[in-house]
Amino acid sequence: MEHYISLILKAVFVENMALAFFLGMCTFLAISKKIEAATGLGIAVVVVLTVTVPVNNLLYNSVLREGALDWAGLPNVDLSFLGLLTYIGVIAAIVQIMEMVLDKYIPALYAALGVFLPLITVNCAILGASLFMVERDYTFGESVVYGFGAGLGWALAIIALAGIREKLKYSDVPEGLRGLGITFITVGLMSLGFMSFSGISL
Amino acid sequence: MADASAKQVLFEPIFSNNPIALQILGICSALAVTTSMNVTLVMCAAVIAVTAFSNLAVSLVRTQIPGSIRIIVQMTIIASLVIVVDQVLKAYAYEISKQLSVFVGLIITNCIVMGRAEGFAMKNGPWLSFLDGVGNGLGYSVLLIFVAFFRELLGAGSLFGVSLMPVVNEGGWYIPNGLLLLPPSAFFIIGLAIWGLRTWKPEQVEEPDYKMSRHVAKEAF
Repeated sequence: MEHYISLILKAVFVENMALAFFLGMCTFLAISKKIEAATGLGIAVVVVLTVTVPVNNLLYNSVLREGALDWAGLPNVDLSFLGLLTYIGVIAAIVQIMEMVLDKYIPALYAALGVFLPLITVNCAILGASLFMVERDYTFGESVVYGFGAGLGWALAIIALAGIREKLKYSDVPEGLRGLGITFITVGLMSLGFMSFSGISL
Repeated sequence: MADASAKQVLFEPIFSNNPIALQILGICSALAVTTSMNVTLVMCAAVIAVTAFSNLAVSLVRTQIPGSIRIIVQMTIIASLVIVVDQVLKAYAYEISKQLSVFVGLIITNCIVMGRAEGFAMKNGPWLSFLDGVGNGLGYSVLLIFVAFFRELLGAGSLFGVSLMPVVNEGGWYIPNGLLLLPPSAFFIIGLAIWGLRTWKPEQVEEPDYKMSRHVAKEAF
């Protein structure tokens, strides 16, 4: 249990997807002008990550990794080079299925997430989390916790940035720096703040 | 853009329509791989190759793809190309491929590749699309190399791993600025680069979201 708690804290703060690994930056910068939109996107990312990382973990351990196909009488087959294609396929499929399920059973949530769900397929935070999961050799339980934690950290970062940008629009920024430029500098300062967590070892 | 000349397609994205500074595409990997020039150059070459060939491939099959599944087809083409690049790097540049870790795989979700396949290659012929891919790859590379140059020179006192300004720890005179090797510095450098670019080309400046209204003195009634 303690192991899982430390894993989740590490994923949220120390190894924050957005501010320490720069994953999902494109959407991070593009959809952070309003807090409501940022919150919607944040929730969508948490949900998608919590589902896709464990699914990819199962696929990797039972089909792709070297020797995983032992049960089928193919002990020497190593399919791990197909990893990238598999993960992105799984992510695209799950996002599509989730869209349909939400539309049918939880229309309120679907309306709230609406436009953000398709965007998530090309969000590098999602694919990045799956790749980190493979690189660090997480077990199934760990991958559930890690997926959730990574999503939570990303959501936290985008909501915080949206809050700052809502205030920032009233300030008088030099012309060339307006818009994207000042946003980069803001994110840099936030990232500097998050660096202070990096000394913590759990 | 049917009558766009090849030269325009190739050079436009480098400064006038830079994918990172103006189109907000492909920022993720721009930041993480820029601590040293060697790694950056390999990453740039990989991105140029993937954008160029995915544009070419998408453009060749663009009339055959049904509209409703085009995203999946593009994804598959891109993912296959990235797997090729990944395997080549693992075979011939193992050290650098270890340093790039997951970021080679993340070229798949690099929005430049998707964005150009969807935005340009679906509407234009193979040759122009290929050039557009190379051009956008170059635009991405220019900014990445710019960032990496400053980060490695000021952060470690070297370029391409060759020491230019001997650091204090090794008996030299330069006290390296450790901040530049940490993630946040990449944001600052790109922010400042955008400032510079927009001062040079003022038409890229964004409209402010909020304008203060002029102060008007009114009689109180």
